[in-house]
Order: sequence, then C-alpha cells, then structure tokens
Amino acid sequence: MNYLIIGNSTAAIGAVEGIRRLDTTSSITILSDETYHTYSRPLISYWLEGKVSDEKIFYRPQDFYSANKCNVLLGKKAVKIDRSEGEVILEDGSAVAYDKLLIATGSRPFVPLMEGLDTVSNKFTFMKYDDAKAVKAVLKPDSKVLIIGAGLIGLKAAEGVYKMTKDITVVDLADRILPSILDNEGSNIVQKHLETKGVRFILSDKAAKFTDGTAILESGTALDFDILIIAIGVRPNTELASECGLEVNKGIIVDSTCKTSDASIYAAGDCTESFDVSTGTEKILALLPNAYMQGEVAGLAMAGGTKTYEKAIPMNAIGFFGLHMITAGSYDGDATSIQTEGNYKKLVLKDGLVKGYIMIGDVARAGIYTSIIKEQIPVPDLDSELLASKPQMMLFSKSRRLQNLGGVNVGN
Amino acid sequence: MAINYFYPDYEVVRNEKKCIKCKVCVRQCANEVHTYDEEFDCMTADDASCVDCQRCVSLCPTRALKIVETDNIFKKNANWSQALITDAYRQAGTGGVLLSSMGNPQPYPVYWDKMLINASQVTNPSIDPLREPMETQTFLGKKPRTITFDKEGNITSPTYPNLKLNIPIMFSAMSYGSISKNAHESLARAAEQLGIYYNTGEGGLHQDFYKYGANTIVQVASGRFGVHKKYLEAGAAIEIKMGQGAKPGIGGHLPGTKVGEDVSRTRMIPRGTDAISPAPHHDIYSIEDLRQLIYSLKEATDYKKPVIVKIAAVHNVAAIASGIARSGADIIAIDGYRGGTGAAPTRIRDNVGIPIELALAAVDQRLRDEGIRNDVSVVIGGSVRSSADIVKAIALGADAVYIGSAALLALGCHLCRSCHGAKCNWGIATQRPDLVKRLNPEIGYKRLVNLVHAWDHEVKEMMGGMGINSIESLRGNRLMLRGIGLTEKELEILGISHAGE
Amino acid sequence: MKRVYVNEDWCLGCHLCEYHCSFANSGKSDMVKAFNGNTKTTPRIVIEEGDDINFAVQCRHCDEPLCVKGCIAGALTVTDGVITIDDTRCVGCYTCVLSCPFGCIVTDNEKVIKKCDLCISRTGEPACVKGCPNAAIVFEERG
Repeated sequence: MNYLIIGNSTAAIGAVEGIRRLDTTSSITILSDETYHTYSRPLISYWLEGKVSDEKIFYRPQDFYSANKCNVLLGKKAVKIDRSEGEVILEDGSAVAYDKLLIATGSRPFVPLMEGLDTVSNKFTFMKYDDAKAVKAVLKPDSKVLIIGAGLIGLKAAEGVYKMTKDITVVDLADRILPSILDNEGSNIVQKHLETKGVRFILSDKAAKFTDGTAILESGTALDFDILIIAIGVRPNTELASECGLEVNKGIIVDSTCKTSDASIYAAGDCTESFDVSTGTEKILALLPNAYMQGEVAGLAMAGGTKTYEKAIPMNAIGFFGLHMITAGSYDGDATSIQTEGNYKKLVLKDGLVKGYIMIGDVARAGIYTSIIKEQIPVPDLDSELLASKPQMMLFSKSRRLQNLGGVNVGN
Repeated sequence: MAINYFYPDYEVVRNEKKCIKCKVCVRQCANEVHTYDEEFDCMTADDASCVDCQRCVSLCPTRALKIVETDNIFKKNANWSQALITDAYRQAGTGGVLLSSMGNPQPYPVYWDKMLINASQVTNPSIDPLREPMETQTFLGKKPRTITFDKEGNITSPTYPNLKLNIPIMFSAMSYGSISKNAHESLARAAEQLGIYYNTGEGGLHQDFYKYGANTIVQVASGRFGVHKKYLEAGAAIEIKMGQGAKPGIGGHLPGTKVGEDVSRTRMIPRGTDAISPAPHHDIYSIEDLRQLIYSLKEATDYKKPVIVKIAAVHNVAAIASGIARSGADIIAIDGYRGGTGAAPTRIRDNVGIPIELALAAVDQRLRDEGIRNDVSVVIGGSVRSSADIVKAIALGADAVYIGSAALLALGCHLCRSCHGAKCNWGIATQRPDLVKRLNPEIGYKRLVNLVHAWDHEVKEMMGGMGINSIESLRGNRLMLRGIGLTEKELEILGISHAGE
Repeated sequence: MKRVYVNEDWCLGCHLCEYHCSFANSGKSDMVKAFNGNTKTTPRIVIEEGDDINFAVQCRHCDEPLCVKGCIAGALTVTDGVITIDDTRCVGCYTCVLSCPFGCIVTDNEKVIKKCDLCISRTGEPACVKGCPNAAIVFEERG
C-alpha cells in the first residue's frame, strides 16, 4: 500500500498518526510546497511575538517523520491529480504514485483586488511561517502597522507585532470585531480590552485605495502605515480536487470517513466541508482541531479502519492580551447571558438542545458545554438551574456521570 | 437563661504556623466548631460546641490541630467534682434528664486489669501457634448430655442447633437507627468474612442485608420493631433482649428525627415517630413467660435456630441466668455495666448494674453447680477491650464474647460519647446522609476484619503460652488466672487464686 | 491501564485531594511550605459540590483524547496512556479547555494550562488517591 498525502500541516499529521495506528509498515509519502518540518500555523503570531522559539513552532518533534516512516518531499508543489493513473503530478513534471491519496491542501488567504495595492512594498498576509518571518524582517520599534480585517487572524497578527510596536490600527468593513465568533456584547468587551492596550479600530469602513505608505479609506480617512497586513479571510484550496473531477462545493465534499467521491481519494482539513451538528448544515470549519480529527479519521479509513467523524461544530479558543474567550456552536436560538465584571457568558438553546455558547474571561470547564452541544444531549436531561450557572459534571444525571467518569455502580 | 455558668470542656488549639486554611475542619465538623472568617482571613473555633471527637484532628493535613481538656477549673472540691457541678448547672438550665452514650466511663475497678494469665514453664510445655495447629473455633448452643451412634457411626441421640464461630468473638447488638446503614454493612460484611456473627439489635434488618443472614443474629426486643417471620428466618440465631448493660431496667427511645424512610420501613413504624422500647417485655413477667416467647420463636423457625436470651449484669445475675437456662434458651448473653449504648440516662449508665467479670464468674459457677452448664452457652459483653480480656473471659467461663465499642473503634469511633446527639462525625451513630457517607463500608469491614484477626492471633499466642491448643480447653479453666490486688471476697466470686498462690 | 476514579457515594467534599494535588505539584518538601509560601500551586483536580453529593474530577486520560488531538502546539502528548503537558510548548490558547468534555484542564494566572499527570513524575499512587480519607478516589484498572 502506498499512501500519499498532499499537505504537511495538521490534517496531514492527523492522517499519518491515523494510518500508523492500523498500518505500521506501508509507505507514506508527504508532499509539501513549503520547506519546513511540520509546524503549527496558529503559532506564527506567538512566534512573531517571541513567545514561541524557532524550535517550538514545530507541530511534532523533529524525529516525527522517521519515527512514523514517512517519506517527505518538501518544497514540492502538486499541480495535478491523475486519477486514472493513480498518481500526482508535481510542478517539476515528475509523478508520485498512490494507492490511497489524501488531499490536505488547507486554505489560503483571500486578498481582494484593491486599488494601488501593488504599489505597497511591505504588504503581507498572515497564515504561513514565511508570512511571519517576512513581517518580522521589516518590523521595527514604532512601525506603524495597519491590519485589514478584525477577525481571528487579523487580531492575532496585532498581538504578534505588539511587543515591537504599539502603533496598530485595525480596519474592518463589519461594524464590530470578531464577528464570526462573537455576538455584539462579546465584540464590545473584547474591543474595549484591545483598545485599553492601545490598538485602534476603525469599523464599518474599508480601504478604498493604497499608495505605498498610505491607505485611503472609503470614509476618506487617510492612514499612514509602514506595514500592511491583509487578513480579510481565507479560501479553501480545492483546485486540485475540482480539476480532477471530484465533487466540490465550497469545499471538497467528503463523507463521515473523509472519503471524497473517489473511493481511493480522501480529503481533510480546511479544504473540505464538514457537517456542523449545531446547525445541521455542511460548511467549511477551518479549525485546527477539526483538521486533526478529519485527518486522523481519513488516515484510519485509508488504512482500512471504520471510525467516523460526524460531530463537528464551529468552535474557537483564543485570547488576546490575557483576555480569554471560548466559543462554540450556533447563536441562533434563545439566549441567556450573564455579564459580570470582566466576564461574559451566553448560552443559546433551541429545539430543546444547547446550540452554542460564548464565554469571555472565565472560561473554566467550557469543554463540558462543547460536549453537550456535540453530543446533542437534550436539555431536559440536564439540571437546568446548574446549566446556566457554570459548566460542571453535576449537570448530568447520576447514571450518565457514572458512565462518563467510570465510577462503579454502587446501588442506591 | 442569661448565662449557663460553665466553661467549655475542651479547647481547640490551632497551630497558626502549620494551618494552611484548607478548611477541611470547617467542612468536616458537624458541630460547626470551626469557621473561616473571610474578612480577617483567619480560622476561628467555637470551643463550646466541641465534643472532642477528633475528626478535625485526624483529617487536618498538616497536623495543625489538637483538642485539649480545658485547664479552667472550678474551686477544687474532693466531693463536688467539676463534672458534678457542671451537670447540676446543665440540669438547672434545661430541667431535663442528663443523657450520655457509649459505656460507663466512671473510675470503677476494671477486673480484667486485676487478673493475670498463666504461662507454661518446663512442664506442660508451651505451644508455638505459628508451627502447630491452634484452634479458636467454637460452637454456641445446647450440648447433648450423651451421644449415641449407630453402626455406621451416625449420631442417633438428639442434637441441638448450634452457632459455629471461627473465632470466639461476635459483634454486639447495635440497631440500625442507633448506628448507620454503612456501619451495619461494615459489621455484616466483616462477620461474613470472619465466619462470625453480627447482631441486628432491636431495629430490624434492612432489606439490603438479608443476604448476610447466615452471619446475622436477629434480635427481638421489647418494642418488637421490625420483627416478622421472614426476619426471624433470615438470621442464624434469634436473640431476645431482656436487658442492656448500659441501662439495665429501662427501655430505649429512638427519637423520631432519626426515623427516616429507611429506618421506618426496617422497623415497621411510621416515619418520624419516636420508637419507644418499653422497659419490660409486656408479655414477660416470669421465667415461664420467657419460656413461652422462646418456644414461640423456635416454633416459628422450625426449631432450626438457637435462641439467645440477653440480660444486663445485675445483682442476683446467677439466679436469673439459672432461670434462663431452664427456660429453654440455648445461649445466655450477659452484658456488663460498661457496655455501650447509643443513648442512656447518664445516672443510670453510671450507677446501675455490675461488672461483667464478676457476673460471668458467678453465672458460670452457678450453672456448673446446678449441672446445667452444658445446656447453654454463655456469651459476655460489656467492655471487652482487647485479646487479653477475651482470654480472661473465656478462662472465667465464657464461651465467646460480644464486642461493640471495640468494633466501633475499628470503624473510627473516638468514644466522644455524643451518639445521642446524632451528629456523629465519623458516620457511625447518625442517620444524616452527609455524615453517614463518611463511613465507607469497604474500608470499615476491612478494619473490622483486621481487628478481629489481630485479636485472634494474640489469643492464640496466649493460649500457646499456656500450653493450650484449643479455645474449648481454656473455657472455665480458672487455674489459668490469678488475681492481683483483689480482696478475698473478690477472689472468691471470681473463683481464682491470688497471684503468687 | 490504571486510572483514577471517583466514587461519588463516598466523596465527602472535604477538598483534601485538592490540597494534596497542589502539594504534590508544588515541588515543596512540606505541605505548610507549599501553601503558606508566596506561590500557591493550582490543583489539577476539580471538586464539584451539590446538595448531598460531591465528587472530584480530574483528567480521565481518554483513549481518544480530544485535548491532545486539538492541541495547536503539539504540547499535549500521550505516553503509555498518560496524557501530559509540555510546559515549554503550551502557549495558553485554551483549545484543550474548549475540547475537554470533563472540564479537567485547569487554568490559572500562568500562561500554560495544568492537568493531572497521574503523578507519574512522582512515585506510587497519585497524591489525590493517597490523600483521600474515605477511599472515594481510587487508582485502579477497570474494564
């Protein structure tokens, strides 16, 4: 059996670990268009900040490939999948054969056409290690940094440069920050926190045109900058899949074992769609844990396993300047929210199920809520008074607790 | 009442340097002695509520706590002790009968401590129990006077139901109600593992414990709580409780607050009602009446189970025992004045009854004199505190002993004598669910098994020293005992010689 | 594999496990030092208290650990079934807090997360098990 994996990030590593749980001998080949040992993309802001060293940005130890008997081709870009021949064609024209193929090509930054952008010399996106390295190369104390996009990537980039410069402006078309993970109240709390650190926000506005060193916003505001970071959004890398005729919607379509429309080809990670149990819809869930789970299930399936991954939900844990927030699921439904000094919590119920939550500040034990959403435990089976107060195992019935915590049945 | 006139008996001493303010003492004290003051970030204690149960001391992870007797003293008076004065103040405040629990703590002579055990030298050599068989198994019940066999060797003469004990120790009657379900479970499981018996007391048998029936003695007391056919059939023996060493001549009173759902079902009385055991059995006013009850119970259980009659050790105990032996009882249990209780009027506990050592010697001698010693077995209780006490009891004539207080010690009891408060911090003498769970029967039964095994080893060592390899050869062997510091009269009653003789 | 289990019927809510856990992880030789000094170590065990039921929860060391799978830094790893955190890799993103269905990842003011490691770096039984006065917490193999 020849396993071939296009990609070298989370989903790919998940797949290697999945395959090796069942098949310790067959060959695994990994293709990567980057030249690095597998590293963690969410760590680049920490690396830029200096919190994570050059050695610690790597996602797995240096002996990972040898320990897992992987043949790694770094700096090799796959350009085509030839399904009839069962091989992947690389940029240099060579071909790599596969029996089972995993597409783990991830996503790339979305950069819309903006007038004069080509004249900006210090412009960056913020996804790859190279992006962070490029920013670091030009970042100086008191650099004026302009970030387009107040989403997770944009704000993490802001935190990344903050050690070096406090002169940071973030512009977003939306009227609030982190709109994809927070509600209005949450956005306000986090925005205020960032503003107390000195980060400036210009919301409900967008860059109309650029000259090198200045951005003119639609409102007419002119902003000088030394460094421009564009973090508007990401797009899945689905081209390899669509061009070889696999079914692709917004992302590559896969089943619960991450198999594509071709039985010998699997796909996992940011390039695919997952079934979101909190809304009951297929969507791209570009999240690291999701990528790992998909990759692992794909790896297991490729090696003959039968494990499925069906309980995906959008979820995020992130912090900015010491303020932590954990969010999950959907906010469509009846919400109860509690706001105390420094803490905010919102719990969303719909159709007798917990659908989503936001916790800012005190995030202790949030995973219990996550599991309630994923496992779709009916609210009547939970202690409703405790549910609203804080996440705890006491929410569950005694029998469920005994089952979950492995306690013995002692009668009563 | 403006003031109560007395100072707390105990003081909580906290080593502030060692205290880490973990508050385990606060959480564990059902008497709410300890508190944590948020404002001053310090621990405080209300000495007046402390009963010296040592729960906080035992659980304090840094050994920062100790409880000391107060050194506050009333003006010295050899006649009016501080305790008597305080009791008077207390009663002047409440107008009530003083209540106490566990056994009589007064400084009366302890005859166990005034008897010494023999050992072999040169002749009749001692036996090493680690190398040679040593028998502590015994049987309780009526023994046949003669035995006849048929040609095949089968016994043809009548035999009587007996209890087989692997070790001559049984757990005394302690009712479910006076002690917790977990305490009962610990006793039951230990009895099963040890091949001995525990005793339901007068509270009936909880439905969960019928499975331990083969190691259970079911009690029938004056209140007849929880007595029904299945109950009688469940046990290995039936005990009629005529009296209790801690409170001879009076009945029992389990307050309604302790009669929760489970206790109510087990005792077959309405929930929340006081369970009052009358002082006498209202159908027993003579040995003949007792005989009727014994035979009613035997009839009800098909003559398969030995019947025990338990009495308190009182004056004329020998004559009473003789009557019981003639009434058809298979076993006589005698409870001395130091026997424990879950609640008794203090003055009765401390002043009524006689020492079990004297009662036992008198009863054994009387039954022998009357030639009816083998018609009954004699079991004694009422403060058997160690294996040495057991050896002495058996040498004085007991077939086996009941242990109550000692068993509770194994379960964590610190003899604070506050059982009647129903807030036992060790989960023993309480029905409060949060306290009951402090006694994990998994731990409890193992500690009981350990204690009894340890005592059995020691009994065997002492027997070996005397050159005796069977507990039945020790029974009534008073030559193995010598008195020390006893008067002629005491020696006469005990039937032993003085040390040096 | 031997794991720590709590039997809530016997848990008294005394919090001793919490203190023994902190002490064991404090690196101090004496419990008094561990708590009366300047730094206090966060316990890796969480106690839940209800009206008449209490229990302690700590890492279950799951066979399919969501915390390990979701860790963005590769800081959580499984060795012989025991899940441990590499302090030098953890960036304190709390994705594991988001993922753990038992709420057993503990956070404090330090940047990295804390979790139960079954006291593998020390010897014998886990400290919480040793310190439980009622054998409510046990360390044993279960089917």
